[in-house]
Amino acid sequence: MEQVIANGLYLGAQYALIALGLTLIFALMNVLNFAHGQMYVLGGFITYTVYGQLGLPFVVALLASGLTLAVIGALMEKFLFRTVIRRSHREESTMLLAAATAFFFDAVILLLFGEKQRGVPKIVKGVFNDAGIIMPYDRIVVGALAIVFIAAFVLYMQYSRVGRAMRALAQDRVAAQLMGVRVDRYSMIGFAMGAMLAGVVGGLLVTITGVNSGIGGPISIKAFLMVMIGGAGVVGGAIAGGFILGMMESVGLTVLREYGDVTYLVIFAALMVFLSVRPNGLMGKPWG
Amino acid sequence: MTLNRNTRIAAVVAFLAIVFIAVPAVISLSGRFDLYYTLTSVALLSIASAGVWLTFYIGRINIGQGAYALTGGYVSAILVMNHGWSFWLTLPAAGLFCAAASVLIGLPILRLRGVYFAMVTLVLTEVARLLALALPITNGAKGIVSIPLPGALSVFGITLIPDFATLQNSRLAFYLLAVTLMVVCFAIMYRLVNSRIGKLCQSLQQNEELASSIGVNIAYLRVIAYAVSSFFGGVSGAIFAAISQSIYPSSFTVTDSVNFMLNCFLGGLGYVFGPMLGTLVLYFGWDLLFQTGRFQLLIYSGLMIVLMLVLPNGLLSLAETTRKKG
Repeated sequence: MEQVIANGLYLGAQYALIALGLTLIFALMNVLNFAHGQMYVLGGFITYTVYGQLGLPFVVALLASGLTLAVIGALMEKFLFRTVIRRSHREESTMLLAAATAFFFDAVILLLFGEKQRGVPKIVKGVFNDAGIIMPYDRIVVGALAIVFIAAFVLYMQYSRVGRAMRALAQDRVAAQLMGVRVDRYSMIGFAMGAMLAGVVGGLLVTITGVNSGIGGPISIKAFLMVMIGGAGVVGGAIAGGFILGMMESVGLTVLREYGDVTYLVIFAALMVFLSVRPNGLMGKPWG
Repeated sequence: MTLNRNTRIAAVVAFLAIVFIAVPAVISLSGRFDLYYTLTSVALLSIASAGVWLTFYIGRINIGQGAYALTGGYVSAILVMNHGWSFWLTLPAAGLFCAAASVLIGLPILRLRGVYFAMVTLVLTEVARLLALALPITNGAKGIVSIPLPGALSVFGITLIPDFATLQNSRLAFYLLAVTLMVVCFAIMYRLVNSRIGKLCQSLQQNEELASSIGVNIAYLRVIAYAVSSFFGGVSGAIFAAISQSIYPSSFTVTDSVNFMLNCFLGGLGYVFGPMLGTLVLYFGWDLLFQTGRFQLLIYSGLMIVLMLVLPNGLLSLAETTRKKG
């Protein structure tokens, strides 16, 4: 039992970090970033190259993943999403753009890094084995790092000037603009931060699960799930959604083991029922 | 679109002539019989996309059409294989089954809006795939294979459609079947959109609260629209199963659902015939780029991004802007 909870917490911390990036982009721009999973994969591959291939320290690799993705995110916002939002009649058109960028990233990743499963050497060796919990140290480190990043993100959003501007933007774009917030600039920063988070998680997880070019789509779907559970566009919701999904996956895999591979089926069904009772997730605003 | 009546009739006649006479003639002259399969796929996919378009019309982003296409395919396959039904009966059965399922699913989830609806429908596609893997009747990952070709259809002793297995060219037969259904489907769509219900649906797209406050039964309308949409999805899935004579859980996946949505976007959300054009362009574009080998996806998605930047309101919006200028 302790083992299941520990696994759930570890999974939840990573998932929450993925969902945070997605929900940030959604809150600021009303864009559902289909390419989020692909950004995660890209981050993973960058860490793989820098840490695994070039042999530089892990921290450098993580920084490289985050920075590259931040730049990519900023460029995407400036040259793609902003243009389309301005020109299109309907907001949903950004979804086609997001899906197209997802395909594009898939293609780029496949060309640059190939289709093989890639892993890197462990960052910390050894296994923690006490009080009925078995957990490799590197998982503990990664889980702890994820929690540190989440805390840093929340504090940044809460207390920094940029964070305040972005929260204002998420609340009411027009009002924020009237108060003198530079909407375009903060949208770009927000998109860059969302992408950066995806890259950082990718970099963190490559040390444990490895990475391959095909997992982008499934990761995106999981991120969507978490955001739906917690409520789209709410930071607290994304964190809650991440931990809830992590816990459900961990418990589901143990409890439903004898019924075969039905964990996700059960999770999906539960989600449908949940959403029909609470259409905006746990903490989401009504969305029209 | 203020074309006068005569031009409109002429356009429809020209379209029918191209689809039913010119295309088969050109194909038999050039000997490129493989094109039949491509065009059949385009026709079927555009039926499913038309369904997605209808949900866009009531202001919902539907990424779950793959689920209904898969369900339709399985319903048809199971009825033919296990219960010995004729394919022609399973076609409406598959559609109706999907419509009924969509009413049950739609009643709760159609209350969701925007991204929530989009994400739930996306999840629905995954649910359908996982169900197909888990249920005993669908035969798991092995799928249902060697489904017989559609048999003869006769009413009161008159053979309307010959047995596909006895035909020399079953590709042509499938092409004609798919194209006929596509024409019927888009005729229904056109009629629906330009009717009272169509106008009401448009009011849903703009503002549901306002529509409901002036007495539009929004819950009823959106379930109807969703059911029609799923009906189209089921029918197209059923024919796909018949053409490939097999159906697997991976026959329609999230990618297909996303593609159905992209077809609508590309053609233009404001135009009934948008999904047809979008499907044609996307499917052929993908096929043509096959020669570029490993760069296929890169070029394809790059073009899609460029297209989106230049024409964010769909290909058909091009016609509108030129007309305005001229």
